[in-house]
Amino acid sequence: MKFLDEYRDGDLAQKLAAEIHHVTTKPWTVMEVCGGQTHAIVKFGIDEVLPKQITLIHGPGCPVCVTPLEVIDQALEIAARPEVVFTSFGDMLRVPGSTTDLLAVKAKGGDVRIVYSPLDAVKLAEENPSREVVFFGVGFETTAPATAMAVFQAAQKGLKNFSLLISHVLVPPAIEALMSSPNCRVQAFLAAGHVCAVMGYEEYFPLAKKYRVPIVVTGFEPLDILQGVLLTVQQLESGRAEVENQYVRAVTRAGNQPAQDLVKKVFQVVPRKWRGIGEIPQSGLGLSAAYAAFDAAKKFKLTDHRVEEPAECIAGLILQGLKKPHECPAFGTRCTPEHPFGATMVSSEGACAAYYRYRHHDMKEMAGAK
Amino acid sequence: MNTPDFSASCPIPISQYPHVLMAHGGGGKLMHRLLEDIFGKAFSNAILDTRHDSAQFTVPPGRLAMTTDSYVVRPIFFPGGNIGSMAIHGTVNDLAMSGARPLYLSCGFIIEEGLPMETLWRVVCSMRDAANKCGVQIITGDTKVVDKGKGDGLFINTTGIGVIEHEQIISPQNVQPGDAVIVSGDLGRHGMAIMAVREGLQFESTIESDSVPVYEPVLDLIKAGIEIHCLRDLTRGGLASALNEIAEAAGVNIAVEQKLIPIREDVHAACEMLGLDPLHVANEGRFIAFVPLKDSERALEILRRHEVSTGAALIGEVVEKTAPLVTVKSTLGVNRILDMPSGEQLPRIC
Repeated sequence: MKFLDEYRDGDLAQKLAAEIHHVTTKPWTVMEVCGGQTHAIVKFGIDEVLPKQITLIHGPGCPVCVTPLEVIDQALEIAARPEVVFTSFGDMLRVPGSTTDLLAVKAKGGDVRIVYSPLDAVKLAEENPSREVVFFGVGFETTAPATAMAVFQAAQKGLKNFSLLISHVLVPPAIEALMSSPNCRVQAFLAAGHVCAVMGYEEYFPLAKKYRVPIVVTGFEPLDILQGVLLTVQQLESGRAEVENQYVRAVTRAGNQPAQDLVKKVFQVVPRKWRGIGEIPQSGLGLSAAYAAFDAAKKFKLTDHRVEEPAECIAGLILQGLKKPHECPAFGTRCTPEHPFGATMVSSEGACAAYYRYRHHDMKEMAGAK
Repeated sequence: MNTPDFSASCPIPISQYPHVLMAHGGGGKLMHRLLEDIFGKAFSNAILDTRHDSAQFTVPPGRLAMTTDSYVVRPIFFPGGNIGSMAIHGTVNDLAMSGARPLYLSCGFIIEEGLPMETLWRVVCSMRDAANKCGVQIITGDTKVVDKGKGDGLFINTTGIGVIEHEQIISPQNVQPGDAVIVSGDLGRHGMAIMAVREGLQFESTIESDSVPVYEPVLDLIKAGIEIHCLRDLTRGGLASALNEIAEAAGVNIAVEQKLIPIREDVHAACEMLGLDPLHVANEGRFIAFVPLKDSERALEILRRHEVSTGAALIGEVVEKTAPLVTVKSTLGVNRILDMPSGEQLPRIC
């Protein structure tokens, strides 16, 4: 496929890998921020062609995984209401709340529908004036402009039967939280290319400077990731800590200005709890005062409640890069994509699901050897 | 789908009964008329025309193969086919996976009250055309009408009987190390065609379903003396599920290579966009064949002679007897596991 196969070319990948081997002299720990990158790394086996000294750890950039349990529970509560058409991106449907998931709510008669764009939800609201259409707005800066556009259009159309359950999150505050943690092992970041396509990469300069970490804006195909790793290792080996852009075919320094303007207009920066990590200040987007009427949590008068994560789940440690999925005693046995304990096992971008899908053959071999 | 000897217009006058009513399943005159004018007219053959409670027929000598499948698909009509053609091809293909020549089908209809009569007629005509093409006769059937809201327009069940005119034992247990894995054509078209129509996704080109009968190339392989160890129809769950089922049943490690697996450009693009793996997406006219490596070239040559399997390709091999395992080699040359999909395929966020 054009514009894709070029970035998956095996020979070029081997050349890049050889170059990384050539420049690496010391052990380095690099975090890829985005779940899409984690998925590609595990699917193509990118980490297996890297030198042994380089450890890739999988960051918290999976929107499905970091949406807090409380918000999933709120979604389940809203979706079960008879007057509601609950709309969501597909992979949120299987994420377990504290008791059940959206697919189970649907099976019990809830009107839960997959949409491909938040604007589809606006259209549904227009077409069904007697129903309350709710959109589950999750994701990083990448999906925030689309959600903002839905709010903006709904306001323009004067729709009263449309609202959103918002749990948008922001990348730079999460990097800051990780770097300021005393347990942090990360020495460099591959920043999420698609987030930067929207936001640009200005906001990473202060982070690179403050924590003396190289940050390389990186794409999602094997060659992108290998090149991102190469740029990162070159910086680490030469003692530099700069912001670089590997993903030049999609990302500019300033990003997409109209998208940013719209996000600023519709949303305000708020503190946000991240599943498995806890609350991070200034790390989320909530509806601004002018658009508060579209807040589903307010509309349906949902009460705040605190929910404990399943004690056995180490998703928090995995999202912070402190553990690898297979180091969890429940991995692949009691916790599987069919019966997930935590969200990292649910989304295909979640580190646990990626390991389960592509890597549990080590385990199977062990089982076979017994 | 029209044929010269068949009127495209519905034989039950639209003005009289534009929609199926509960009474069409009630056992009275309306039902009699529905059976006679729609099913009897379309499927007419000597056995069905006796109008007996059960069909009586003789079979040629040989082992028999029998299979049943129920068809529920929304929308009923999709690019490349409809629920009717699928109900014939699917069952005929299941018979073909035993190397059987299809002979007879039964078919049961569950119709939701209010289904346009014209829709039913179009589906039935398309079944008749598909059955004729496959050389099978529909010799018995059943119709039920359910209340509005209790069905999804139309459900069809077909049961098929075929005759096995060869001595080979085609079964997953026969798969052995050294077998070549051959796929009969490009993957993922049916699933993506349905998803595009159902979800109103618009791509630059229309992806049409791959729904076709595959018994002819299979029978040709057998006739040519190819030693077939196993055949498997690739339907829901796609290639990934089929390979895992066989690895499980045979207790083997199957290794395939990503770059050898044929996937059409538009299907690949649609899957990339939605975050789906084409190896998990459904097909309706594709199968995999396990044959000894020595026979693989000849098998490919035979398959490629047939229009329904011109895209046949060798995609991998059975490595060894071991704990069941399927691996796929990425373009970077690294092996990863190819697992069955978990539940329904859900499009990704971004």
